[in-house]
Amino acid sequence: MNVIELVNLEKVYHEDMPDIAVHAVNKLNLAISHGEAVGIVGPSGCGKSTLMQLIGCLDRPTRGSYLLEDQDVARFGDNELAKVRNKRIGFVFQTFNLLARYTALENVMLPLKYSNDPDPRAKALTALERVGLSNRAHHLPTELSGGQKQRVAIARALVNTPAILLADEPTGALDSRTGSEILDLLLELNSHGSTLIIVTHDLGVARRMKRVVKLRDGRVEADGSPEAVLGAVDTH
Amino acid sequence: MSILETIRTALRALMSNKMRSVLTMLGVVIGVSAVVAMLALGEGTKADIETNIRSLGADVLTVRNGPAQRGAVRAQSVDSLKLEDAEALTAVDNVTAVAPASNGSAQIKRLAGNIGAQVIGVTPAYFQVQKLNLEQGSAITDAQVRGRLHTCVLGANVYNTLFPLGDAIGDHVKIKGLSFQVVGVLESKGSGFSSADDNVLVPITTHMSTLFGRQFVSSITVQVASEDLIDTAKTDVEAFLRMRHRLKPGDDSDFNISSTKDVLEAVGQITGVMTAFLAALAAISLVVGGIGIMNIMLVSVSERTREIGLRKAVGARPEVVLLQFLVEAVTLCLVGCGVGLAAGLACVGIMRAFPESAVGKASAPFWAMALAVSVSALVGLVFGLFPAIKAARLNPIDALRHE
Repeated sequence: MNVIELVNLEKVYHEDMPDIAVHAVNKLNLAISHGEAVGIVGPSGCGKSTLMQLIGCLDRPTRGSYLLEDQDVARFGDNELAKVRNKRIGFVFQTFNLLARYTALENVMLPLKYSNDPDPRAKALTALERVGLSNRAHHLPTELSGGQKQRVAIARALVNTPAILLADEPTGALDSRTGSEILDLLLELNSHGSTLIIVTHDLGVARRMKRVVKLRDGRVEADGSPEAVLGAVDTH
Repeated sequence: MSILETIRTALRALMSNKMRSVLTMLGVVIGVSAVVAMLALGEGTKADIETNIRSLGADVLTVRNGPAQRGAVRAQSVDSLKLEDAEALTAVDNVTAVAPASNGSAQIKRLAGNIGAQVIGVTPAYFQVQKLNLEQGSAITDAQVRGRLHTCVLGANVYNTLFPLGDAIGDHVKIKGLSFQVVGVLESKGSGFSSADDNVLVPITTHMSTLFGRQFVSSITVQVASEDLIDTAKTDVEAFLRMRHRLKPGDDSDFNISSTKDVLEAVGQITGVMTAFLAALAAISLVVGGIGIMNIMLVSVSERTREIGLRKAVGARPEVVLLQFLVEAVTLCLVGCGVGLAAGLACVGIMRAFPESAVGKASAPFWAMALAVSVSALVGLVFGLFPAIKAARLNPIDALRHE
């Protein structure tokens, strides 16, 4: 079953001004099925970030359709998109984006608060346990290491049991050992059934995925196993 | 997110920047306390003046020389009221007493003592109508009026100045060089406007002939049987005097009649305008406070752009973000309003500590406090709305990328 199905997806910036119009995503087709671990790679300006924003429902496509669990979210309004982001997408950012005044537990509870969950505390504690940080629940972000912060961010992404975990350079701000541990954690979550999509320019990260999608000029240039896709990169 | 949770989130954001929150509130605190204090002062002054006017009696009409005032322009005053008019007015229905008076001022002397005073020519009815009580001696009598005697009744201040050792009855004072025998001393009425304490009362006949050489009285005070009959009596008195003065229908009256009610209404208008003016000045500071809140909320929105982006990414709907920032602004305003109310009431308390002064009767009416609270909530809503809309409209991507 496909979790994500993108059909002829287009995102054009400044479409009304032909001189400076940018086709960031250009008639892109991509299907990702349940439980996959996909790395999205490509050179700067290839449309990675735009694609991530479209998949994450942070932005609407100009044309084309985006089926998320068989619903065309490309036509959704602001409030419906907010609900989709809350329930079905878990974001992990390069710079963690934790609220500085909130403890780890409160940061993890945040998505549950927005969905009026009846028991946010217990669920948030369970999520923190899954990332191995239940002993840090009442610490502020400033009292945590970089790796721990990213674990809190991952717990926050998991807490609403989303359809996809969407990570944007999740190891970008970490040293290589900690980055590797975070990647291990994400892959472990994937092995338990979470669909994982990582947008990265770090080929080391991409090689650990089961599938790699390489973009160029807003289209899929190559799609397949890491060896097949990244091997093709090396010959360039 | 529930409303309660939104309020908690907003409070938390405010608490994390205590100093800034307090300083922002200060504008509202000053505005609200100024509004409360000014309205209290206005109400107090109004009440004070009304009490003074009411003490003159709500059951009296005052007839004065000259045409009634029309708009802002007053026609030239014509003297028209004679002592005979006053005597004749006793025949009008519902009139229980008629007190003509003739006003003048003069230096009153005794030995080395000397005081400037209002010298008023009166009849015995004056004491009844003006509710004057005697401390010593007796009032001006009909016999004194008929005989144009040189007798006088002293107001309390005049008495205290000229007779520091007391014992005035039977003694003499000089008014315009003429010797007058003191027959009575008035009870002190205390401060207030048109106080009788500074007056010297003499028989009206003596006043008009010997002292000031007048043909017309200054005013005639008419007491009516009851307060309810004031309007009827006013019509009757007017018709009666027009007849006596041989005025044709359509002619302007050469006198005017005012009741305590009329004066109260006029004074109410004046003090109302004064209060509104003071409150408007104070309200300006409230608006300035509101602008301060808007300013800080705008700073807060741009400082917390990333936070807003993150909240939106994890599912905050635009209206929830809007509500959060609006609650912050309204909370600043309402807390400021609470402190301002307390400060305003403290000001009123200080004013009331001087019961003898003009501000001593200041009292904050409930409606003024309700007004201050609702206006500052409104200020919070209005000035908080723009920054809140700005926050709610932030694109999550731009917000998350914000450095």
